[in-house]
Amino acid sequence: MSSRRVAIGGLGSMMLAGVAAPCHAHMVESGLGPVYDGLLHFVLTPQDLLPVLALAVLAGLGGKTHARLAVLLLPLAWLVAGAVGARVAQPLPESIAWLPLLLLGGLLAVDRRGSPAVLAILAVALGAWLGYGNGAAMGVAGADIRAVLGSAGAVFVATALLAACAVAWQAGWMRIAWRVAGSWVAAAGLLLLGWTMR
Amino acid sequence: MNLLRAATIVVLVLLASTAGAHSESGQAAGFFTGLMHPISGLDHVLAMVAVGLWGAQLGAPAIWLLPVTFPLVMAFGGLLGLLGVPLPGVEVGIAASAILLGAAVMTEKKFPLVAAAALVGAFAIFHGHAHGTELPPGESGLLYSLGFVVATGGLHATGIAIGAIHRWPAGRIALRIAGGGVGLAGLFFLWRAVT
Repeated sequence: MSSRRVAIGGLGSMMLAGVAAPCHAHMVESGLGPVYDGLLHFVLTPQDLLPVLALAVLAGLGGKTHARLAVLLLPLAWLVAGAVGARVAQPLPESIAWLPLLLLGGLLAVDRRGSPAVLAILAVALGAWLGYGNGAAMGVAGADIRAVLGSAGAVFVATALLAACAVAWQAGWMRIAWRVAGSWVAAAGLLLLGWTMR
Repeated sequence: MNLLRAATIVVLVLLASTAGAHSESGQAAGFFTGLMHPISGLDHVLAMVAVGLWGAQLGAPAIWLLPVTFPLVMAFGGLLGLLGVPLPGVEVGIAASAILLGAAVMTEKKFPLVAAAALVGAFAIFHGHAHGTELPPGESGLLYSLGFVVATGGLHATGIAIGAIHRWPAGRIALRIAGGGVGLAGLFFLWRAVT
């Protein structure tokens, strides 16, 4: 191919790329199948990832009983609600994405150790809300239950790892660092509320 | 070929969008834009580092209570700013925060914990409100907010890390001089705000 044809081809490609509109696709395709697509979707969605991490730390700081409850109930609620969401495919409004951030971050910041029952309710509520939202978004995008399974698996791994870290690392400065991180999550939630209401 | 090269350049220039490099005039593009926002103004930077310095001087529990209090109350101020709730004398309040926090560091003033937290919290509202009114509309508000809060916390941590020199006599003097510098800068910000 002559250099002239290469130049014209390159110019044409650049023009097409330049005028293309952003994709804004909800699902990220990993190329490894729906399970990994679901996993990647959770990892790349901060409004899902942050509350899950905050709940995992909150559970870990509460002790082993709290942590075990969170590791069991959060992914389970996520999976069940996600399966329902994928079938119904009716996305929830995103206008209250600030609420779990503010609530869980605030609880972390004040370092209140609630009862296991309260933590269980929080885990089920969070898993049901976010899991349904994920499943519905995946259903709209044409993904099936395997993608929900991937995202629930990612939730399980993230919760187990972080809750274990929080159970193990509580001495001295580490507990303060967890609390500071919680205050940052709550502050981001407050700002997000302002952004939503703006 | 020259004609082709010239045509390529012209097309690329015409296709290029505005840079919008300054965060206050562009879109809330994400985490790094938010991260850069608090460090774009010297008045904010000095006051937030001074919070960390003062916390280091006061020791536990103020050293961790102040950095927990500040982001939360600042975010509340940001919420007010985002909602368009007016707050009079914001720039004067920000300048006053640098003056008083600098003076507190310079004199090693030992306030009761609640009073120190209340003082820092009151100033945080002014800083947050100023940021809130400047925040641009954007598509990734959460990432922007997170970057913004992390940068603020990073400035406190910087102040606390510098404040670690408090344990040595020479370091204590250096900290007091730094506090005086922050206070003087605050006076300059005040003069600029009222003129």
